[in-house]
Amino acid sequence: MRKVTKVYPGGHVALEHVSLRVDRGEFVFLVGPTGCGKTTLIKTLIRELQPTEGEVLIAGRDISSLSDKKVPQLRRRIGTVFQDYKLLPSRNVYDNVAYALQVIGTSRSEIRRKVPDALRLVGLADKVKNFPDQLSGGEQQRLSVARAFVNHPPLLLADEPTGNLDPNTSIGIMQVLYRINRTGTTVVVVTHDREMVDKMRRRVIALDQGRVVRDQAAGTYTADDESTREFAARLRDEMGVDDERPSY
Amino acid sequence: MGRVFFFIGEGLRALRRSAAPGLASIVTVGVTVLLVGVLIPILQATNGKNNDVRDEVGLRVFLSDVSSTGQPLPAGNIGEQAAPAQVNELRSELQAIPHVKTVSFVSKDQAKQILSQRFETENREDITAQLPGHRNPLPASFNVTPDDLSNLSSVRAAITPPGANGQPSPISPLIGDIGESRDDAKTITTVSSAIRISLIVISILLAIVSLLLVANTIRLSIYARRREVEVMRLVGATNWFIRWPFMVEGLVCGLIGALVAIGLLFLGKVVVLDPLKHSFQWIASGHTMGFMPLALVLLFGAMAISAMGSGFTLRRFLRI
Repeated sequence: MRKVTKVYPGGHVALEHVSLRVDRGEFVFLVGPTGCGKTTLIKTLIRELQPTEGEVLIAGRDISSLSDKKVPQLRRRIGTVFQDYKLLPSRNVYDNVAYALQVIGTSRSEIRRKVPDALRLVGLADKVKNFPDQLSGGEQQRLSVARAFVNHPPLLLADEPTGNLDPNTSIGIMQVLYRINRTGTTVVVVTHDREMVDKMRRRVIALDQGRVVRDQAAGTYTADDESTREFAARLRDEMGVDDERPSY
Repeated sequence: MGRVFFFIGEGLRALRRSAAPGLASIVTVGVTVLLVGVLIPILQATNGKNNDVRDEVGLRVFLSDVSSTGQPLPAGNIGEQAAPAQVNELRSELQAIPHVKTVSFVSKDQAKQILSQRFETENREDITAQLPGHRNPLPASFNVTPDDLSNLSSVRAAITPPGANGQPSPISPLIGDIGESRDDAKTITTVSSAIRISLIVISILLAIVSLLLVANTIRLSIYARRREVEVMRLVGATNWFIRWPFMVEGLVCGLIGALVAIGLLFLGKVVVLDPLKHSFQWIASGHTMGFMPLALVLLFGAMAISAMGSGFTLRRFLRI
């Protein structure tokens, strides 16, 4: 992002001269108090919002100059996860994930191959027939991660993915995101869970009143070869969460 | 092909899930098609009748009765019919007038016969029975039709050119009176065009109402499925991909509504109209189109209106 400013109608400045660069394969946290502009920043990344000033470049291309017709193509290359999951209550687990592929015109055979893979990645392979209201909060969020990742996008954005979840379940979600990041996908996580951010030891960008006030690695960067199991175990240990759950 | 099934599946799924608004628009489309289906034949029949009347417009030249000596009697006096020679002479004179297409003679006896027949069909033979047998009060007449309705006045003027005193005087002393069916035609034309205009206005209003109701159904459907639409947008569905299921939903509403209405129209035709054909001449007059073409017009009309209703709403409410 280069000097991105977003002013809402009415004069509220949500982002002010925000410049930042996220490299391919990075795992980045975006933190800050409520109303600091985190969600606005995510929305400008998926062209839900156009910046008032500045450039948003993804893979070297300014997306604010994209024609409306090209926006769907952009969104197909970005997975998004939200705090409220945005699942379709009338479809079961399998169909929720398959839906993301159906709407972009994926063939049936490819859908049959990709959906079980994505569900296995998030640990929901045994719940394909369940409906969202039959899943726990953590499971629903994992389902939403599976839907975001099923198309193997190069960039995955998660807006408060652990906002409604207890610490142990949050670790499970982070573990899934970490695993996705290890496949080479760039992951940007918006959160205000400071403790989680500190323990993850990844790059943290802090926003306050629409400005970047900090951009640095939290704690020390850990080696990238840490396995997801080791990663989860370390997190639980450091956060003092005892309950060991099956890792995904 | 897979996509087509996906759109149809999604459209039907939406209809199943939001049955109430769907049903409302099916009923509206149905009622509209039903009314329009009744109005179209009525319109055509009035139009046809109108043309028939225009074709029949002409002059009726009434002949005065003559006395036993062959002298024309003043109007109102009953005498004998003029002699064939006199009648034929007048016929030739009338035929010689420019723009006259046909001249046909109706004798006193024929006039009486026509009147009797008319009363007979109305079961009022008692009226003709009161006519005195040997004294027929009905005058003989010539029906003169012009080649074109616009030439009627010139033909009339030729029959009664201005006389010495400037007043119109007939070309023959036999001519007692001239009647014009144009006044009747004018009344019929005025009434039937009033009917036609009101029927067209009603049809247009009905079409607008059903268009708006279909649009409203789609709006409710978009509202009910805003989450789905949001997810579709997030995962990169194109605008048209999002719109198609809603279009299918609108089209299905139109199709079902139209089919129900056409079924009812067919039932009405078989049960009510066909048995009445023998009693009412205008039903069988042949001015109206056949049932199949009518059904097709209604079906495609209803589907077009539904698709338009969906399209307008989608343009307004699905800004991606």
